[in-house]
Amino acid sequence: MTDATQHSGAYVRETLAEAREAPGRFFGPIAWMRQHLFGSVIDTLLTFLGVAIIAWLAWQVIDFAFLRAVWTGENGEVCRKEGAGACWPYVEAYWKQFVYGRYPIEERWRPTLVFALFAATLVPLAIPSVPYKRLNVFLFLVAFPVVSFFLLTGGVFGLVEVETTVWGGLLVTLIVALTGIVCSLPFGILLALGRRSKLPIIRILCIVFIEFWRGVPLITVLFMASNMLPLFMPAGMEVDKLLRALIGVALFTGAYLAETIRGGLQAIPKGQYEGAMALGLGYWQMMGLIVMPQALKMVIPGIVNSFISLFKDTTLVLIVSLFDLLGMIQASLADPIWISPVTGKTGYFVAAVTFWVFCFGMSRYSQWMERRLATGHKR
Amino acid sequence: MAEDHRSADEAPRVPWYNDPIWRGYVFQGLTLIVVAGIAWTIVHNTAVNLEKRHIAQGFGFLSTTAGFDLAQESISFPKDASYGRALLVGLVNTVIVAVAGIVFATIVGFLVGVGRLSHNFVISRLCTGYVELLRNIPLLLQIFFWYFAVLGVLPSPRDSIQPVPGWVFLNNRGLYLPEFRFGGFAGDGIFYGLIFGLVVSWFVRRWASKRQMETGQPFPAGWTSVALIVGLPLVLFAASGFDLTLVAPKKSVFNLSGGIQIIPELMALVLAISLYTASFIAEVVRAGILAVSHGQTEAARSLGLSHGQTLRLVVIPQAMRVIIPPLTNQYLNLTKNSSLAVAIAYPDLVSVGGIVLNQSGQAIEVIAIWMAIYLGTSVATAMIMNAYNRRMAIVER
Amino acid sequence: MTKTMIVATFGVALAASVAGASAGTLDDVKAKGFIQCGVSQGLAGFSQPDSAGNWAGLDVDFCRSIAAAIFNDTSKVKFTPLSAKERFTALQSGEIDVLSRNTTWTMSRDTKQGKFAGVMYYDGQGFMVRKSLGITSAKQLGGASVCTNTGTTTELNLADWFRTQKLDYKVVSFEKSEEVVKAYDAGRCDVLTTDASGLYAERLKLTKPDEHIVLPEIISKEPLGPMVRQGDDAWFNVVKWTYFALLSAEEAGVTKANVDEMKAKSENPDIKRLLGKDGSFGTDIGLTNDWAYQIVKLMGNYGELFEKNVGETSPLKISRGINALWSKGGLQYAPPIR
Repeated sequence: MTDATQHSGAYVRETLAEAREAPGRFFGPIAWMRQHLFGSVIDTLLTFLGVAIIAWLAWQVIDFAFLRAVWTGENGEVCRKEGAGACWPYVEAYWKQFVYGRYPIEERWRPTLVFALFAATLVPLAIPSVPYKRLNVFLFLVAFPVVSFFLLTGGVFGLVEVETTVWGGLLVTLIVALTGIVCSLPFGILLALGRRSKLPIIRILCIVFIEFWRGVPLITVLFMASNMLPLFMPAGMEVDKLLRALIGVALFTGAYLAETIRGGLQAIPKGQYEGAMALGLGYWQMMGLIVMPQALKMVIPGIVNSFISLFKDTTLVLIVSLFDLLGMIQASLADPIWISPVTGKTGYFVAAVTFWVFCFGMSRYSQWMERRLATGHKR
Repeated sequence: MAEDHRSADEAPRVPWYNDPIWRGYVFQGLTLIVVAGIAWTIVHNTAVNLEKRHIAQGFGFLSTTAGFDLAQESISFPKDASYGRALLVGLVNTVIVAVAGIVFATIVGFLVGVGRLSHNFVISRLCTGYVELLRNIPLLLQIFFWYFAVLGVLPSPRDSIQPVPGWVFLNNRGLYLPEFRFGGFAGDGIFYGLIFGLVVSWFVRRWASKRQMETGQPFPAGWTSVALIVGLPLVLFAASGFDLTLVAPKKSVFNLSGGIQIIPELMALVLAISLYTASFIAEVVRAGILAVSHGQTEAARSLGLSHGQTLRLVVIPQAMRVIIPPLTNQYLNLTKNSSLAVAIAYPDLVSVGGIVLNQSGQAIEVIAIWMAIYLGTSVATAMIMNAYNRRMAIVER
Repeated sequence: MTKTMIVATFGVALAASVAGASAGTLDDVKAKGFIQCGVSQGLAGFSQPDSAGNWAGLDVDFCRSIAAAIFNDTSKVKFTPLSAKERFTALQSGEIDVLSRNTTWTMSRDTKQGKFAGVMYYDGQGFMVRKSLGITSAKQLGGASVCTNTGTTTELNLADWFRTQKLDYKVVSFEKSEEVVKAYDAGRCDVLTTDASGLYAERLKLTKPDEHIVLPEIISKEPLGPMVRQGDDAWFNVVKWTYFALLSAEEAGVTKANVDEMKAKSENPDIKRLLGKDGSFGTDIGLTNDWAYQIVKLMGNYGELFEKNVGETSPLKISRGINALWSKGGLQYAPPIR
């Protein structure tokens, strides 16, 4: 018996082989580079091409915004010289208009206060761990808009009345985007419920309404709001120009939000409805207490995404002659004092960076929320 | 309703006003009345207002002479053409932007979407950067950027860039290409050859797939189609003795004349909307590819399909099923976004409509035309999409 | 759903009942205490906000003159900047009371869109080109690209003129005048066309104003004037006679500086009627008798407004030309006050 073992001993190892080092091809930075940068000839070429593109773009931006930039000056003269980069003194002279528009200078503390209130109510709302969410939601969606309205328009509590025609810049951008989303939220909820209703007439009306606004470009909606709304009103009743745009934006966003919320409603399992009905809850109780809270929580990322696209779309109001951030920048470009070949580029650069920071921040937040909510569901 | 099951002496437990069916009728009735009331109020107010302002109603103004010119007259727009004709030119221009935009956006979007999934670190980061940069900046701003960047970089017509000297000119008045003029029956021949080729290759494909189902014999239907579609027009063109004249753009005092001009507004608009939409399409494509499970690829490879066949027969068809609905949505968005042309004076449907609205004062009619055309496009697309989804669902079994 | 609808109907019903009590514009203006005046969004010399947001210009000053006539206070005006496209709707919907926005008096506008109360500025459409092109006459513009505004008579005149001259051209028409200027400055077009007064104003906005010239041809008649709604004669009279008062004051030699003296001492019957010492011309049109005195006292006469905003002393440096009084070889002519 031992024989057999001994016979086979010629090819059976009796000691464990020494552990070898892991092959360098699969670990470590060089291996990583081989896999992810220089896998093949084409890969290598692509890598160099990609690096070249990135380097070129980065250089263009740095060169324009910093290296060749003009930093000080009293008027556009300094920016008119050959090879000048970004014209920062122009931005310095105009940035207040970019933020407040032509809001009277001595009254600018009012929009500033509104911005502060906005931050103070939004930030705790956006952080999930901060308590008192209900109160916070109330403050943000009801108290804040009302207070801001009186603060900005004035005419009460000894505040000077400020016409909406002088509002502008980031102030208008935020007003349009926020009012759009806040007003269209309840509207969107009702439309979403209506579209899922079992009552045929209500359902058809909601479908027609939603699909109508989703089917046309925002710009025609804005044209309609500014040209036709006055005709729809009883004779002699005036609608403020900003308000007209807001109505257009709210109707438009409402239709899109309705579809987002409907997505959330569809994701609620049937058992939830049946459970609620078994408890004897009526339709509105069921929706208000059981379905909506779950559905709305689920569509928070969707709502944030709608807000992002609305925020970007506010730029369109400049076509109906309201001065949002981009509109204000464009208007400032006509100032003969600051005219230079680089003024326009500088203005658009500022607009692009501002919009990008806002939108990118919000999209990151929405992705983070999405992940958070997703894990919340798995558990 | 449930009364059949109750004995006659048992009192109904639900009073009629709590009966869901009755409530349904009442609710709907009320809604209808309210909606009709609002509609009537609006119509009435509008009629009163129009009456007061002496604005004529109706579409009669469409046949009035327009009296203005447009920067891009894609179909003939004679001096005495009407407002209706102007709107038609605008519509054609919108279609041109939409089609060109869709083609470019699809190409760029697919490249970037696939690039984001590349194992090459630099490429995937570059593509991610592209998506994050472009979709977070308002489209209108991008249109301005491209328009003024394009205008700023390009030289004046006197010192045009000539990629093909004497034939192709690029300057701040646009891109000038030679015009193809077919003589004799060459133009007709190519056109009908193309149509005939398309029809025949459709039948060939049908026959080939039927044969493969029955006998398992593959037939190179793809190559046959290419040969038919390209070959037939070519043969007919050759038969006409290659009767083609190229008309090159010529320099005149201010601009170039002759040839085909692509105005900078069109270039900027197509660049901006296609690059912007591409960032969304890239995400759609990425999601679509990720949705095909890796097991599918492995199974296909173990069946002995080559890499190309795996892609063509297994991965792409499944990814497309996920991709196409949101992709169509992006195409619709692109078409609607082309209305931003009004900001840079490209004469699309909305900008021409704006001019007509101004010159004629017929706000309601012009806006109604806009809405009808865009809605029509959306509804038609939605219907096609539903049909497509139904077909896909059957394939899915 | 239904609840919002009900609320909405109530809202509409309420609004309808509120609106029922609308009287003439003059009474409305007096009741609300200010004039809502539609102006251009920014045209140097006619209506442009300065960096502090105060409006200045000839069109703006005309609105202030109406305020002076009604309220004895030039600050009782609110300005609504309007694009060419929005202006008539804004007027017709009652959003503004008077449209003072370099609007050309045409028959269809005067009969369908509103009523013109006078001609603040006799203008005509002209062309601006780069000096480097070496062009001296608009007749050499065959084949040129022309930048213009949409929604104006400009693009129609342009088409007509090139047709009658049998010249070819390419049009590039923008929504806003600042975009037109920017595109022209960027080299998109060879020619910029608008009202001649506008050309001088827009030239200030070019990167190198000295490299551009205005060609001598004027291809159209552009009488620019204030406009009011149709069917409101009382208001129409106030606006029209504010304009005539400005002219009459200049013709009679009454200026901002000497108006008090004139009112006290002048024995000229024309001046006495103008300044409200004779007759009841002011109260007859629903104003006070010293309405014209207030206009001149607070704003000045037509000539003074012209000089201040667009004349030789302003950055625009436009000469009076046909805008001089009829007695000085121009077209400005006011019917007598009697």
